Amino acid sequence: MKERKTLPAGEALAAQAAEALPAPQPAAEGAQEGALVVNKKAFVRELAMKIVFIVAAALFVVVVGVICVYLLASAIPTIAEIGFVKFLFGSTWLPSSGYYGVGTLIVGTAYSTACALVIGVPVGLLVAVFMAFYCPRWLYKIMKPVTNILAGIPSIVYGYFGLVVIVPIVRESFGGGGTSLLATAIILGIMILPTIISISENALRAVPKSYFEGALALGATKERAIFRTMFPAAKSGVVTSVILGLGRAFGETAAVVLICGNAAIFPGSLLDPIRTLSSNIASELAYSTGLHREALIACAVVLFVFILFITVIVMLLRRKKR
Amino acid sequence: MAKQLVLKEGEVDTRGIVPINRQSFKDKLRAYLRKPCSFAGFLLVMLASLVTVALVLWILVYVLKQGIPYLKPKMFAWRWSYDNMSMLPSLINTLVISLISLAVAGIVGVFAAIFMVEYAKSTNIFVKIVRVAAETLSGIPSIVYGIFGMMFFVELLGWGYTLLGGALTMAMMILPLTMRTTEEALLAVPDSFREGSYALGAGKLRTIFVIILPAAIPGIVSGVILGLGRVVGETMALVYTAGSAFNVRYAAGPMGQGCTLTVYMYSLITEGNKYAGEAWAVAVVLVVLVVLINGAAEFVGNKLKKEY
Repeated sequence: MKERKTLPAGEALAAQAAEALPAPQPAAEGAQEGALVVNKKAFVRELAMKIVFIVAAALFVVVVGVICVYLLASAIPTIAEIGFVKFLFGSTWLPSSGYYGVGTLIVGTAYSTACALVIGVPVGLLVAVFMAFYCPRWLYKIMKPVTNILAGIPSIVYGYFGLVVIVPIVRESFGGGGTSLLATAIILGIMILPTIISISENALRAVPKSYFEGALALGATKERAIFRTMFPAAKSGVVTSVILGLGRAFGETAAVVLICGNAAIFPGSLLDPIRTLSSNIASELAYSTGLHREALIACAVVLFVFILFITVIVMLLRRKKR
Repeated sequence: MAKQLVLKEGEVDTRGIVPINRQSFKDKLRAYLRKPCSFAGFLLVMLASLVTVALVLWILVYVLKQGIPYLKPKMFAWRWSYDNMSMLPSLINTLVISLISLAVAGIVGVFAAIFMVEYAKSTNIFVKIVRVAAETLSGIPSIVYGIFGMMFFVELLGWGYTLLGGALTMAMMILPLTMRTTEEALLAVPDSFREGSYALGAGKLRTIFVIILPAAIPGIVSGVILGLGRVVGETMALVYTAGSAFNVRYAAGPMGQGCTLTVYMYSLITEGNKYAGEAWAVAVVLVVLVVLINGAAEFVGNKLKKEY
């Protein structure tokens, strides 16, 4: 859309540039006029398409810019109206009585993400080790699609699976309502597995083979070589995978809203229901109006700002690796 | 009569030789028992992998078992009603949204990738900014996209809930994916292709469209298919942009409102236990679609590797 809008301008620019610049190959004296015209036409076409490509690339920046500006512009007045401290640190979310504190939601999000990492990271890293060092070729051809399927299953299916299978299991074996921090953490832990597996596996594979062989030659067992030599060498990639998994767990909505219990309280134990920032939005946006709705949008902005932080951290890590 | 072994020049009789580093199972076990920590590590690795595979199988089998009994022909009736709870309209809506978003994200992503690989130097500051932007886009949670799409397409542009709005929101989401995969595909095309084309007198544009893009097509297509997988599986970005209303009579056009398969499943679940079977049936269709899409992406992507 935007592209089409800027295209005529781009073409005009191209024409201008073509006029200002000399033709790429100034024809020798007496050369045919025709060839020159064709050359010029080709030049304009090349330049026009180059500008189209640049516009396409610039569109990325435009989209991010528009999202940033638009979200922040609509959230800042809301937060100012509610009061910055009251909004971020208030522990009561009761829109019907005018309380808009997202403290409990932030804590709920942080707890569910942390617990998901506790479940997902060890398993994910161990599976990554298996895929990088133990897996025979024929098995790898099965394991890779399996992890891809894990990544591809829609989050709503995970949520429903959690609601119908995991929640009753939690309820029967530990008591409580079932829809709880624990159930959320289990499902989120499963959901971040593929992210952690694939990125860590790539990081482990990128470590020079000589490190591994050197460790073996010095008498280390295979496991020692992997966990004491390869892992430290692949540290930045592994950390990146964990942070990306964190980002996924943090923003996950469709699965969480079904199984977290949606109670805006500080969870006292693993079996208490929680409410995350994202599930708060999903469960209330449909019927909200006025300030309530604005406050929900502000919740999305809190999520967004946090994800921006995560992106910056990931980028710094990548730079370090290079 | 014993068969005489005939050795060619340079060959060695290997029949009696046992490699000294060959470990039997017993040797391995003995070595492991001497190093319990290593043994524990080995067991943990195996256990985690087994658990993961078992988990995937469990989810797949459970979904299929619950859903297949409900996959009756009436679930695919042309018109939705409370009697048949047909998922066909939402399936068609999913298709419409996929087509539009893939077209937009495909074109913009491929063009941007062409710029990044063929035109710009990687030290260029603009290239760095675009990379940062792409990275940011790929990290934003879907609910934030949903909120943005709602504020921008539904309210600011005044479209209301439309499939087009949903599709454009999805296009923003999968832009970084199509760009990254296209970039990789373009980088995989050997430089000799470019040089040969230039040497024959082709311009840059002709080289890109006639030589490089056809060679990179498998990679690009596999990226687009992965994008399709994400669109099919997305819920939250579409609820507030394409509409979640429970009155999906027909499949909608691009400017109509309608729900996709995932959103339909979401609304079935939030209705309570009444439509559990139907929800599982939709889940089956979703999972089968996703597995097929993943397989297709893998298949096409492998083709790329074989060629060069």
